[in-house]
Amino acid sequence: MNTLQKKLLYSMKKIRQVELAIAAKYSEQQMRCPVHLSIGQEAVAAAVGACLEKTDSIVSGHRAHAHYLGVNGSLKGMIAEIYGKVTGCSKGKGGSMHLIDKSVGFMGSTAIVGGTIPVGVGFGLAIKKLKQQHVACVFLGDGAIEEGAFYESANFAALHKLPVLFICENNEFSVYSPLEVRQPKQRLISEMVAGMGIESAQYDGNDVELIHQVTTAAVQKIKAGQGPQFLEFATWRWLEHCGPNEDDDLDYRCQKSNSKWRDRDPVQIFEKKLMDQKLVSESEIKDLHNSIDIEIKAAFEFALTSAFPTQEDLFEGIYG
Amino acid sequence: MGNSRTMKFTNAINEALSIAMEADPGVIVYGLGTPDPKGIFGTTLGLQERFGPDRVFDMPTAENALTGVAIGAALGGLRPVMSHQRLDFFLLAMDQLVNNAAKWNYMFGGNNPVPITIRLIIGRGWGQGPTHSQSLQSWFAHIPGLKVVCPSSAKDAKELLLASIFDPNPVVFLEHRWLHNSVSDVPAGDVRGVLGKAHKLTEGDDVTVIGYSVLIPEALRAINYLKENHNINAELIDLKTISPLDWDTIFTSVKKTGRILAMDTSHEQCSVASEVISRVSRDCWSSLKAAPQLLALPNCPTPTSHELTKDYYFDASDIAKSIMQLMKHQTKDFAHLKSPGAHDVPGTWFNGPF
Ligand SMILES: Cc1ncc(C[n+]2csc(CCOP(=O)(O)OP(=O)(O)O)c2C)c(N)n1
Repeated sequence: MNTLQKKLLYSMKKIRQVELAIAAKYSEQQMRCPVHLSIGQEAVAAAVGACLEKTDSIVSGHRAHAHYLGVNGSLKGMIAEIYGKVTGCSKGKGGSMHLIDKSVGFMGSTAIVGGTIPVGVGFGLAIKKLKQQHVACVFLGDGAIEEGAFYESANFAALHKLPVLFICENNEFSVYSPLEVRQPKQRLISEMVAGMGIESAQYDGNDVELIHQVTTAAVQKIKAGQGPQFLEFATWRWLEHCGPNEDDDLDYRCQKSNSKWRDRDPVQIFEKKLMDQKLVSESEIKDLHNSIDIEIKAAFEFALTSAFPTQEDLFEGIYG
Repeated sequence: MGNSRTMKFTNAINEALSIAMEADPGVIVYGLGTPDPKGIFGTTLGLQERFGPDRVFDMPTAENALTGVAIGAALGGLRPVMSHQRLDFFLLAMDQLVNNAAKWNYMFGGNNPVPITIRLIIGRGWGQGPTHSQSLQSWFAHIPGLKVVCPSSAKDAKELLLASIFDPNPVVFLEHRWLHNSVSDVPAGDVRGVLGKAHKLTEGDDVTVIGYSVLIPEALRAINYLKENHNINAELIDLKTISPLDWDTIFTSVKKTGRILAMDTSHEQCSVASEVISRVSRDCWSSLKAAPQLLALPNCPTPTSHELTKDYYFDASDIAKSIMQLMKHQTKDFAHLKSPGAHDVPGTWFNGPF
């Protein structure tokens, strides 16, 4: 494996294993906040994260664990945050839906759909005005595309040729609502955005190397001053919208699609590809798996043994 | 009319919606997730099957525009009912609500009413945190032209929702998530309550307690306990509608008791409770025997950590304490009045995540 492949494999597996660990422990009722897991959507976060640098500015929404981990946000800080501990990345104030790790460029994720789209564009404005060679990256879903804030922000980013990378994960659902009750059937999100004057394309969101390749190209264009770039990736969320369980029994997604996408497990596809090319052996993958599990175990230990915030902390930070 | 049945809050909402849709073909019901398998916590289940996708439908994640659409549809002859799973999500629509819906009738010289009903759910607990548990009803109550309704029981939920839907004005209808599983007797049929009317739940000469929504069951526990054990008789007034406010009922009670405790589910600053105390201080000054008391949330965003929400909310024990202070009785420890179980869930029926 080359360095990039190693990085992508590690990153995807880490996201998968962390999310599975959260799902497994959620029923202990100690992570007392809503969690929106990204199982099935690891490839986009891992690949895009690998294209970004610490000096870039990344924002996301409610389903942000993967985006945060993809740019190597502190795992301990995230798990402690979900446990409501003072050592959490937001000191227990924000929970799973409000993550931040500025040391790696992850500038914040929030839970109001579309809420960080203009904020990300604002980071782009700052980068441009300060004449920096960085990019702002906005992670958003197909649901967030429907918010007025998206159109207003995209228009402004296009108008000022801002260095903004929009990464739209289209998992076809907003909670239980399929795309067809929310957007016209024949209209592709990426084509609509292209119509707004933003260079835009749609790709498979479960092929990590492809995602890395097209995102690298988009970042280069942004840095060359060609303005905002929009990438739409088709993917699938495996578990319920919010919470640790599967919910295929509710039948809001057709079983055919569910199994089609599960057969296209982005982590497995990449592992198999690397193994078929004899770039990695099964036992090496196992070793990687185990070393990630050790990292995860340490993060949960850290979270569980950390202190809770105290009443004095309640009024800390209302003003800056 | 007639027969009452014991019914859950969410079922009472569901029943009100179906009765409204039967009574008036112009009633349409929409909002994110309205026809989905969970049906807005059960409140809209079965409606699409019954009334069809023309009248009951999902929508794009576009709160502001779809509120404007409701306004236009209302002006065009329909009676839209919108539902939002959290009040917080609806903040995106403040423009359409405040700049258009609230004053359309007034700014065009009357004769242009906007009969829309906006259902908003207030979250609490299980780490709902800073953006999923805001109780911002006083924002709406501040705006002339809006009616703002906060039912405290399944019965009120049904009667007041029906009244809201058939009111000619824009109504913001606030359901507290923690009341969703509560039960009460609910009359059958098309029973429409009265908006703008408070309701006296207990009689008493000692103290007036003002509250609404999820605070009412808490206050009842405190008041019943104090009556039985300390011979304190409190008059509990459930505001039900926080705009317009039923000042007559409030003033009459305070003039009788001379003491007031006003409670709110929101931050204290600029809350409905502080408004009540302000008006009572001006209009009932000579009747007051003690400084008014107020219970509300701290002026601080809601933290997510369950450890930080332990003392963030108040309950029956705090209400009892406040009433004792008003009566100048020595306060006691009322810890036994706290609900059993974890502080951040309304009961065993709820264990997250939403
Ligand atoms: C303004 C607003 N409206 C509604 C919600 C409720 N909500 C939370 S996540 C979500 C789905 C958004 O779908 P999408 O953007 O595609 O992201 P996904 O959940 O698929 O990752 C909705 C509607 C919200 N948080 N904020």
